[in-house]
Amino acid sequence: MTPDSRRLLPSATPVSLIDPEGRAVENSPYPAPDDATLLRSLGKLITARRLNDQAYALVRQGRLAVYPSSHGQEACQVAAAQVLDAQDWLFPTYRDTVAAVGKGVDPVEALSLLKGDWHCGYDPYEHRVAPHATPLATQLPHAVGVAHAARLRGEPTVVMAMCGDGGTSEGDFHEALNFAAVFQAPVVFFVQNNEYAISVPLARQTAAPSLAHKGIGYGVPGERVDGNDMAALLAVLGTAVDRARNGEGPQLIEAHTYRMQAHTNADDATRYRDDADVAAWVHRDPITRLRTYLTARGVLTDQAGAAFTAEAEKVATHLRDGLNRDIEPNPEDLFAYVYASPTPQLREQSAVIADELSREGAR
Amino acid sequence: MTTVAHEKLSMAQALNRALRDAMTDDPSVVLFGEDIGALGGVFRITDGLTAAFGESRCFDTPLAESGIVGMAVGMAMNGMRPVVEMQFDAFAYPAFEQIISHVAKMRNRTRGRVGLPMVIRVPYAGGIGGVEHHCDSSEAYYAHTPGLQVVAPATPSDAYTLLRAAIESPDPVVFLEPKKLYWSKEEVEFPSRAAGIGTAVIRREGTDATLIAYGPSVPVALEAAAVAAQEGRSLQVVDLRSIVPFDDATVCAAVRSTGRAVVITESSGFAGVSAEIVARVTERCFTSLAAPVRRVTGMDIPYPPPKLEHFQLPGVDRVLDAVDDLSWEQ
Repeated sequence: MTPDSRRLLPSATPVSLIDPEGRAVENSPYPAPDDATLLRSLGKLITARRLNDQAYALVRQGRLAVYPSSHGQEACQVAAAQVLDAQDWLFPTYRDTVAAVGKGVDPVEALSLLKGDWHCGYDPYEHRVAPHATPLATQLPHAVGVAHAARLRGEPTVVMAMCGDGGTSEGDFHEALNFAAVFQAPVVFFVQNNEYAISVPLARQTAAPSLAHKGIGYGVPGERVDGNDMAALLAVLGTAVDRARNGEGPQLIEAHTYRMQAHTNADDATRYRDDADVAAWVHRDPITRLRTYLTARGVLTDQAGAAFTAEAEKVATHLRDGLNRDIEPNPEDLFAYVYASPTPQLREQSAVIADELSREGAR
Repeated sequence: MTTVAHEKLSMAQALNRALRDAMTDDPSVVLFGEDIGALGGVFRITDGLTAAFGESRCFDTPLAESGIVGMAVGMAMNGMRPVVEMQFDAFAYPAFEQIISHVAKMRNRTRGRVGLPMVIRVPYAGGIGGVEHHCDSSEAYYAHTPGLQVVAPATPSDAYTLLRAAIESPDPVVFLEPKKLYWSKEEVEFPSRAAGIGTAVIRREGTDATLIAYGPSVPVALEAAAVAAQEGRSLQVVDLRSIVPFDDATVCAAVRSTGRAVVITESSGFAGVSAEIVARVTERCFTSLAAPVRRVTGMDIPYPPPKLEHFQLPGVDRVLDAVDDLSWEQ
């Protein structure tokens, strides 16, 4: 292996800065973020967990059709948004609502898709967050295109392109990595490996040593990071974003994490995994770990902790209120956005529905 | 005052000229695809454009159609007007998911906030003796998908104006280029008269029956009309130009004026665009019709090998046979 190809290799084990017991890891190749940054992250993590659990509860109350929760993966979600600037783009999957919210999207608008009011409930340009992608990995070539356009204009934009372990088996994952590498597009491909694609375990997705190794074939440097270690995620993703911004091209980051809940509320995880496996990951919880670390360092005060909880409650209340508010959908909207201006045929069809409604009203 | 000039151009040259003029007028127009740079495309449609505008405006990509279309989506999201080339009709299928799930739907799913001004150019259909997977008539797949515009020029002039219109459109366009017409020539007028997407045109006036065609079938219709004229029958020819949006008004006015119609497409008939045209005409013009609307289409078979392709292509005789069958005895 040449020195040049060696630079593509990820670490032998996932990068970790804080161990599951909340202790600093010695001799890490990445410097730990400062305490103030980590304290801010803890606040975001607490809100993220609250959002996940609130959304999950709202499904049971019938306010959301379904919710793919990132419970347990909140450190990945928070870090993905926290390392980006306002000018940067985020391409989330359906499980990355919390990352989209981290980039500034209103959580009520972010959940419009799952509430059923419309497909994408937010303006993607407002916070530079692409619509949630539900077809797997299809958003990754878009991320490359956004990055390439920015690069052609000389803008310093970086694009964070997210997918899961299952998504790495899709053709678009490979095409996107290859295109990004060939064009040296400033994209950070961020894979949350939560061990399951609905019910199918990682072993059925890949025989590669790790998902981060998949970059080697494309000339994309890979890195592995403990996905439940907030400090390591900020360090590794932050470094990747800096490199991309500095013109060093794309990178592939794999975070090792775990989906603590079922795929969605419609799923039954007991059919394919043991409770004991899930229980083992409780010990690795990202929030407990960071809280222990910051408490031991004397950074986390009772007052700050209370403020975080209050903020999380505020966001949860906002989400609840927003999702409990019924918006009367306007059927004219079905025809308004298919094209910039409706075709004659769409105008006819819109009139058919308007006529049906007027007759219903007359009854 | 604008000076009007005429130049004799092949359809391939007219398309090249349209790309060149669009790139000159709008710096956000970028071209990419397979072999479109130094080679100028396998049909030379992008000939000389990398040399004229540089690598950043006209470039080769890795050989992956989903990646090409997906990257175009991202570039269109971010201020560019990408024009991508699929090398052949059947080679566009790896991009199908991107086209159906994203290109067609982005404006709608974002409530009009993200439009995708992009063009997917597809050299399409047969008649050139192409081998397997090089001659598909794929228009029905695209036309069936709301959110896409689908156009197919039949003349060099329309190739120029429709491609300019497609590039300027705020919405994505699947631009079907009939391969067998790439080398057909005519005088093209500059500056061009505006032919908007969504407007059909009467190619030949006639009073006895209406032939409805688009793209590669238009010359067949015109030839059939010329032969019929010698036999004393006056056939009108409508060139759709745009499959989506569909110009019901022009098509129906034409059919009502003659009371008889034959639809001609190279693509297979079953569940194809020809079936849609017959349905639309029948629904709207029934009381004006003196005979059922007939179709002359490709057979419902995979595209034949070169030595058998003439059995698949609608020819003048089949068209005239269909015309003969339009209940003239009444």
